[in-house]
Amino acid sequence: MHNKSISELARGLQDGEFTSVELTRTYLDRIASHNPALNCFISVCEEGALQEAELADRRIRAGDGGPLVGIPIVHKDIFCTDGAKTSCGSRMLDNFIAPYDAHVVTRLKQAGAVMLGKTNMDEFAMGSSNENSYYGAVHNPWKAGSVPGGSSGGSATAVAARLCAAATGTDTGGSIRQPAAFCGITGLKPTYGRVSRYGMIAFASSLDQGGPMARSAEDAAALLQAMAGFDSRDSTSAEQPVPDYRSTLNDDLKGLRIGVPKEYLGEGLDGAIAESIQLALDEYVRLGAELVEISLPNTQLGIPTYYVVAPAECSSNLSRFDGVRYGYRCSDPKDLEDLYKRSRGEGFGAEVKRRIMIGTYALSAGYYDAYYLKAQKIRHRISDDFRAAFERVDVIMGPTAPSTAFAIGEKADDPVTMYLSDIYTIAVNLAGLPGMSVPVRPVDGMPVGLQLIGNYFQEARLLNVAHQLQQATNWHSAAPAGFE
Amino acid sequence: MSLERSDVEKIAHLARLAVSEEELDAVTSDLSNILHLVAQMEATDTTGVEPMAHPLHMTQRLRADEVSETDQREKFQAIAPLTEDGLYLVPRVIE
Repeated sequence: MHNKSISELARGLQDGEFTSVELTRTYLDRIASHNPALNCFISVCEEGALQEAELADRRIRAGDGGPLVGIPIVHKDIFCTDGAKTSCGSRMLDNFIAPYDAHVVTRLKQAGAVMLGKTNMDEFAMGSSNENSYYGAVHNPWKAGSVPGGSSGGSATAVAARLCAAATGTDTGGSIRQPAAFCGITGLKPTYGRVSRYGMIAFASSLDQGGPMARSAEDAAALLQAMAGFDSRDSTSAEQPVPDYRSTLNDDLKGLRIGVPKEYLGEGLDGAIAESIQLALDEYVRLGAELVEISLPNTQLGIPTYYVVAPAECSSNLSRFDGVRYGYRCSDPKDLEDLYKRSRGEGFGAEVKRRIMIGTYALSAGYYDAYYLKAQKIRHRISDDFRAAFERVDVIMGPTAPSTAFAIGEKADDPVTMYLSDIYTIAVNLAGLPGMSVPVRPVDGMPVGLQLIGNYFQEARLLNVAHQLQQATNWHSAAPAGFE
Repeated sequence: MSLERSDVEKIAHLARLAVSEEELDAVTSDLSNILHLVAQMEATDTTGVEPMAHPLHMTQRLRADEVSETDQREKFQAIAPLTEDGLYLVPRVIE
């Protein structure tokens, strides 16, 4: 059951082959056996899940044929879930029981999905390896002792290990795409504004987007269909109609123009990864696409730009965590200043504090122009690079990450080394464009991701292009040993 | 751009973050390294370029000035560290 796609599961449920309660129990059992080694869950909501499954079974018996009714999923622990612990991977919110549901949670609940639990993540979504969690590192199911990527490492692991049918994640600088690449699954970061951020704990407000993580583009499309759409409670939500993503999955790719940035496949990219990417591109040519060399000249500047903009926005967003109204409070505060400083000093981990401080510095008097304003100007340049490219091509492709999953602890000593691995994903958030990662041929048994970047609100196109690759090849269906 | 310990103390104060004596050197070194990375931005000329605050150049949407929320104070204060009579309690501020 755990290897079936969402549409196969939906058919099985509709045909009465099995019930949502049985399906949910199957996943709960798998979680109980595998989670101790993987550590991808922060909370497992056994009682709630079985209750939701029973409701779903009733809906199905009453004739509800929705594509997600009774389908068990997991939510990254950054989404507020009413009455359930929502920790954001941090000691700061270890005691936080959310008093409301995030928009994404509501939409998926309305669609009938069953929530199995909340997944582990880098604290406040800051990290690329899921080593920055208060709840400990997550292990990549492909190789114990390796990182799953981050910050949505728990969700990526849960999907790859077949502990759920699909998951939600969030992506600010690559946090859906890079763990999808490291864990051999399909992840999509929508266009900025496509998915409501209401109830999604904020890291960097102009970069954050929630999106689906699943074992195929077809499954990701089913989730995105429920997640996308205007929400008046998110003032940055786009009033853009949501197309039927499933209806265009099988569109022909003849004449598709694929842009390959020369900066992405140049010197410095690992040869084996470059080969895997090239094999996928060759497949696309066989499917009728045309490869066009393009240039994204400001690619390298993406990293310094991001590491000013994101920390600046995070320093503002995380100022609400003050020990007063919710979350961690230090014991015996001497005065108000001590309350703030020690609640925050003790509640936040090292990476979070580093980013708050960089952000505070970049926004402070005398430095705002040189750092924040300068970064926002480069951001404009980076967006313009993509705009120019999209006049000549329909989709841009390249590697998602410069390496396969590295060992836990390997990059933990120097924050900057970790930051450099975001090189391919980061510019996409700065520009607000949609991006996906899909598995291609592995290297030394470890998954490799192909990144697809689309123009604004072109999620349907991305899903179609990804789906066609997954019809012609089967890199995406491989399961890690022991989890088949 | 290298930071001094005193710079870090000032930043930590602005951000209301307690940084211990033991942590201060490591934090100063880490932040200096990050600023060194960020200094790469100086290599490019951005004269005449407009800053981009929003990917889609959207402007703030407004709504009608009508009450739309209900009073849920009890629910929200149920998870607060310390409250009394609907107020959040903190160490004495006014002498």
